[in-house]
Amino acid sequence: MARAFRRDWLGVFSLVVIVAFVLGAIFAPYLTPYPEEGRGAPNLVNKFLPPSREHPFGTDYLGRDVLARVLFGGRSSLSIGFLVVIIAVAIGTPLGAIAGYSGRWLDEVIMRITDMWLSFPPLLLAIAIAAALGRPSFTNAMIAIALTWWPWYTRLVRAQTVSLRERSFIEAARGMGVSRATIILRHILPNVMTPVMVQGTMDIGSAILTGAAMSFIGLGAQPPTPDWGQMVSDGRIYIMNQPWYGSFPGLAIFLVTLAFNLMGDTVRDVADPRSRRAA
Amino acid sequence: MNESLVSVENLHVRFRTYAGVVHAVNGVTFDIRRGETFGLVGETGCGKTVTGLSLLRLVSPPGEIVAGRIAFDGQDILSLSEQEMRDIRGARISMIFQDPAAALNPVFSVGEQIEMVIRQHQPVTRRVARQRTVEMLKAVGLPDSAQILRAYAHELSGGMQQRVMIALALASNASLLVADEPTTSLDVTIQAQILTLLTQLKERRGLSVLLITHNLGVVAETCDRVAVLYVGHVVEKGRTRDIFKEMKHPYTQGLLEAIPRPGSHGQPLQAISGSVPSGLVVFSGCPFEPRCSFAMEVCRQAPPPLVRVGEEHYVACYRFVEGASR
Repeated sequence: MARAFRRDWLGVFSLVVIVAFVLGAIFAPYLTPYPEEGRGAPNLVNKFLPPSREHPFGTDYLGRDVLARVLFGGRSSLSIGFLVVIIAVAIGTPLGAIAGYSGRWLDEVIMRITDMWLSFPPLLLAIAIAAALGRPSFTNAMIAIALTWWPWYTRLVRAQTVSLRERSFIEAARGMGVSRATIILRHILPNVMTPVMVQGTMDIGSAILTGAAMSFIGLGAQPPTPDWGQMVSDGRIYIMNQPWYGSFPGLAIFLVTLAFNLMGDTVRDVADPRSRRAA
Repeated sequence: MNESLVSVENLHVRFRTYAGVVHAVNGVTFDIRRGETFGLVGETGCGKTVTGLSLLRLVSPPGEIVAGRIAFDGQDILSLSEQEMRDIRGARISMIFQDPAAALNPVFSVGEQIEMVIRQHQPVTRRVARQRTVEMLKAVGLPDSAQILRAYAHELSGGMQQRVMIALALASNASLLVADEPTTSLDVTIQAQILTLLTQLKERRGLSVLLITHNLGVVAETCDRVAVLYVGHVVEKGRTRDIFKEMKHPYTQGLLEAIPRPGSHGQPLQAISGSVPSGLVVFSGCPFEPRCSFAMEVCRQAPPPLVRVGEEHYVACYRFVEGASR
């Protein structure tokens, strides 16, 4: 695996970025001298200090260290990215495999429901679901985004399954007396996991972006909990005079999204048994 | 030894397609004895594979078995439940395919796949399954099992893949092996090795083999008895040596003449005139009549019965029906 990365510097770059942000979010309290400000405690004396040695990213309108806020903000942004994709994969993959393998009416029913979900603009649908779920919160935003996301996996997995179903190793498995459930679990799913993992990795970036968009409009994590989208939203008012406030969290969103997108290709190379040894 | 393991009677399989109903298998009757290799020969699209799949009841929609009886070891295959059928597939009847590369799951190693099949049908521990896997690989001529166990399908050559498929098929001591064109995708020297292996396994394990092929040479080398199929009809069947000594049906004769021979260099290849009719056509008479140089009036009127012309030699042709007028 290490060799695959060595050949692929973009993969190394994106892995480093992702690991850095994940570690930054986990160990945020130990990495910044201002953990209380990171969690939201105001310090009005230091309002809008430009970047300096004490505050590399400057301070915000409540005098909080922006670097600390970005580190802590990674907690909600990164977890929304991972959780949304995990939930979406968990719902979408089995549905797609069942639809694709069973065919006939079950396929029709599952896929038409999927089409229905996909016919709404995703962000709008997520906003509507989040609103329906009650008070805006991190959990509600996550559930809302995940619910708009699973149909993509259903489609992806179904398409893969339909082509796998006709392959002779599936027929051979049926010829060996393997049951339908076992074929789906042991023969179909492992063979669709590569595209799902590739798509999933790329989607973590998009999910973070969508999560940021949700909290930008106030439907995500609520203040004083730090969140990148919400920081960009607050910072945009001051972008002309205090550009550091909105820019650094924006940069964080950009870097993480980019890294996950680039990571997708690397995952493809690493996950495919064909290229695993050759690499 | 002469007891029959499988008997197929009057099997009809059809496929409902958008273009119409395709009659793939039309009244095929044959039996396979214990410990013999039975050949099923014919051109592409003549219903060989569908007949083979019918034995495992694996004909999938839009295809369906509409009539007939298949008895395996005294059991009526067509009346079993899906669960009972699953217990037969792989454990008592196994199948190997034309393209072994595609028939092996690309994401599991060879060892994992064989173990899975063993544990599918037998309540044994992993350790026992692993042991039996190694034995099976040895039995199919892959002695370097440590290497092979860990290998993925794409890391093996075509011949090795087919050996693995055979190991997979026989891992649960099946008594009938349906081999659907098992050597077609392999090169000639490997073909011979695989056929020899099948014959050895047949003798050692008292296995019955249904060998589906379009290659008369393969039939001549390996089969005890053979049935020739033409658009889903058995046109001739009997002991291989009888048939090769004296082919009766014009279609069988045409097939043999179409094989190029050494020394025939420079001469035009022999071919059967016309082409295989589509399965959509329903014949009132003999299906081969439009291409047959011996066609008579009676051939157009009713399908010819299968008549006995030798001890175990049957032909469906009016030329051998007594009293049929020219």
